[in-house]
Formats: sequence, C-alpha cells, structure tokens
Amino acid sequence: MNDQSPLRRQVLYDSRSPLVRIIAFFGDKALNWLSGLGSATMLVWETWSLAFRRPFQLRLLVHQLFLIGVNSIPVVLVSGIFTGMVLATQGYHQLKQISAEGTLGQFVGVSVVKELGPMVTAFVLAGRIGASITAELGTMKVTEQIDALEVMATNPVKYLVVPRFLACAIMLPILTLFAIVCGIAGGYLASISLFDMNGLFFLKLVQDTLFIDSIVISLVKASAFGMAIASIGCYKGFTISSAGGAEGVGKSTTGAAVTSLITILALDAFLNHLLYTIWGLQ
Amino acid sequence: MIWIENLWKDFENKEVLTGLELYIPRGETLVIMGQSGCGKSVLLKLITGLIKPDQGQIWIDGEDITALKRKGLNRTRRKLGMLFQSAALFDSMTVGENVAFMVSQHMKLKKREIDDIVEEKLHLVQLDGTQHLRPAELSGGMRKRVGLARAIACSPEVILYDEPTTGLDPITALEINRLIRDLHQKLQVTSVVVTHDMDSAFSVGTRMAMIHQGKVIAHGTPDEIWKIDNPVLQQFIANENHHHN
Repeated sequence: MNDQSPLRRQVLYDSRSPLVRIIAFFGDKALNWLSGLGSATMLVWETWSLAFRRPFQLRLLVHQLFLIGVNSIPVVLVSGIFTGMVLATQGYHQLKQISAEGTLGQFVGVSVVKELGPMVTAFVLAGRIGASITAELGTMKVTEQIDALEVMATNPVKYLVVPRFLACAIMLPILTLFAIVCGIAGGYLASISLFDMNGLFFLKLVQDTLFIDSIVISLVKASAFGMAIASIGCYKGFTISSAGGAEGVGKSTTGAAVTSLITILALDAFLNHLLYTIWGLQ
Repeated sequence: MIWIENLWKDFENKEVLTGLELYIPRGETLVIMGQSGCGKSVLLKLITGLIKPDQGQIWIDGEDITALKRKGLNRTRRKLGMLFQSAALFDSMTVGENVAFMVSQHMKLKKREIDDIVEEKLHLVQLDGTQHLRPAELSGGMRKRVGLARAIACSPEVILYDEPTTGLDPITALEINRLIRDLHQKLQVTSVVVTHDMDSAFSVGTRMAMIHQGKVIAHGTPDEIWKIDNPVLQQFIANENHHHN
C-alpha cells in the first residue's frame, strides 16, 4: 500500500539515534527534491508533446505573447540601458588600470551580446512573468478551477501550460534583442558623456564584436531561459496543495522566482560550456 | 448508470474509502450523506477521474473509468457536468464565457449558436442577461447558479453536485434545492448530490446513501432511510436536523 512510505519515514524520524534522524531528515529532503524534479520533467515532456498537437490554441498563445512580451518591453528596455551604463562605468575603470580603456566598446559589446543581454532579460522575466504564472495557476488550483478544466474534458497542460511555455520561448529572444540594443546604447551614452570617448570609435568596436554566431547563441540561450521560466512557473503553480490557500500561493510564487533565478544561472553555465568549450563556437 | 465496486482510497496513512459499493440508477437523484471528512467529495473526484482509486472499479455507462487513459476519460467526462463546492468559475472570464467554455472547446458550433446555448442555460438557472458580468461581481448563490449553468451547458447525462448549499443563506439554499429538482425534471438526468445539509438531502433526493468509515452503511429512498434502524445514520440525521433548526 502507498501509506507504507510516509509511515516508514516517520519511524526513522522517531528514532533515538540522532544520526538516524539527521540521515532521515536529509534523505527525506533529497527524495522530495528528486520527486519534484521527476514531476517537473514529466510536465515539460507533456508540454512538448502537446505543443505541436491539434487543436492549436492560437488565441491563447497570442494573448500570452502580448502579456509576456509586449507588456515586458518597458522594463526590459530600462534594465538594458542601465546594465550597459554600469558595464561601461565599471569596465572603463578596470580597463584603465591596464591602459586598455580604448577597448571599452568591445568589452561592452561582448558582455551585452553574449551574457548580460539574455541574462538580464531572463532575470527580469523570472521576477515579472515566472512569479505571475505561479500566482495565477496556483490561485486556479486552490479555487478548483484546474479541477473544473479537467472535469470539462480539457487538458490543463494543453490549455494553460503550452501557451505560456511557447510564449516565453518565443518572446525571450525578442526581448533579449531589445535588451542588447539598449545595453549597447546605455554603454555608448555612458562612455561619451562620462568619459569623453569618441562615440563613433565606440560603436566601431562594438560592431567588430557582433558576429551572427554570437547573436544566434545569445538568442538560443534566451529561448532556453524562457522555457525554464515558464516550466518552473507552471510547475510551482500546479503543485500547490489545494489546502495551502493564499499562504501556499505566496510561498510558491516566491519559490518560483528563486528557483527560476538559480536555474537560469545553472543553465547559463551549462550552455556556455556546451556551446563555447565543447562545440568550440565563438 | 454509475456502478461503484469495492472502492478503496487512502491519503497518507488515512483510509478514506474502504471497499465502498454503490449503484446509482439512471434518472435518479442520489444524495450522498456523511460527516465532514468521510470521503464524500473524494468519491466525486474519483467518479470524475480527478484522482485514481487504490483499488476497485467505477463503471459509468458500462465503461470502467479507472482503467481509462486521458483520452477515454475525457470522452466519458463529456457525459458529466459538475457543480463544485466553490463553483470554481474561471475568474478571468465573464459569466457567458464560463458557460460557453465546454461548448466552445468540444463542439464545432458557430458563435451565434453558442450564444443561444448560453442564453438558454442561463435562463434555466434564472440568470437571464448576466452574460457580461464577471464572477467577482456575483453573490454566492449566483456563482453557484452560474456553475450549474456551466455544468449543464453540454447537456450531460449525469450532474454531480459537491455541497451545493454550503455557505449559502437558507433562502438561497432553498432556491438551489428547487433548481436541482427542476433540472432533474426538465433534463431527465442522473444526479449525484454530496451534502451534509439534511434539508437539502430530503428535498432533492430520490435515493439516499450514508457513508461512514469509508463504506455505505445505509442506502434507500428517503422514506426507507427514515426507517433504517442504524444508530449512526439516525444520530446523523437527528444531529443535522437539530443543527439546522
């Protein structure tokens, strides 16, 4: 029977030996984590398999593209500009120490295109969209709306997860392009206004670093980050206990944002190694 | 219509259903009674396939739904309509969109035909002209009625009610009971009503079943239920009546 497992765990927790209790505690955490990872993987798998199966929920996809993409443009633009400015000011002082401040354009270009463009966009979206997906789906879960979808013979993964997943995967690269342009603009503004650098020279150096390959890699990374944000947001929303109520929704929303941020960093490290070290891309 | 055979379900060390047997004939309104936490709502979730039993079968219209995969289950679910305890209306949609949801998802109809169905179903629950309202603008009783209109939108063969009168004032509860009886007469459906409200139970039920410790301990028509000499059942009826009076 499936009540054996928690029962056995409880026996271990009640053990007199502190060592057994510690092992039981960490073992329990590890099992829960692995079980969560397994369920999240299953959700992603189901999402992929349903994404290209009829009927296509185009109306819902367009709605999510608008919510996730269009509504995020202002915050991505502002974040991009300031990221570029910070990079230019920090970079200038660091490069000056080795008398290489003239290469500031290259420094800003490479950093924004390869790393900070997709990363900052993903961070902004993780906070803005990931958390809101969890809050929305979590509220639907505790108010039985997801059960209602199931009872009305509608697959909640197809109806709720697929449009959000596709919208994040499509909009993250587009928003990343905006962030890259704004990041370079921010760096340009900082370098000409604060450090009296030649604007055309700055842009020439930026242009020299812009390879199609690096932009494509950046967009692929952005798309992967988007899929991760949507998957984590949906998974956290779907797995809220119906008994958790508003507190459960709040906890899961925070959890979704934190998990998304860590996952984005881990994914970035993995993709950088895969793309630059193993595949030797530039 | 619905036949439940040796049904077992437990949650984390707690046995909720322990070999439950129940038969619901076509066209009847069966009221399932029992104390809070006795597994009444779990039984509805099992009938709708939202959760799987640990053991046992649930036959709906000759098909064992416990053995069905999602596609087959969804085919059977189209024969069901469910009114949730909290109504579970989609709060991002209007009343009209809520009622139209299942029709627009599963039936290839023109917008005008869908609008007609919505109008007809809202008329049945006496909420004409409320299509454009949002669920947040509705009272508790109105939400339940919209939930009911949504449940009957695809003309189901079975309607499941989870605590239809819980949280409502006595007058609104009476209206909901009347509505359940009216729908049963007009639509000739099989109904399963889960409740611990005895007024509601005796008002709507053509058959009644009492669940205690995971099993059906009494089953019969309302007249028969009064006469069954079971101390748990009689105490439950007396207590609930006293509570309501």
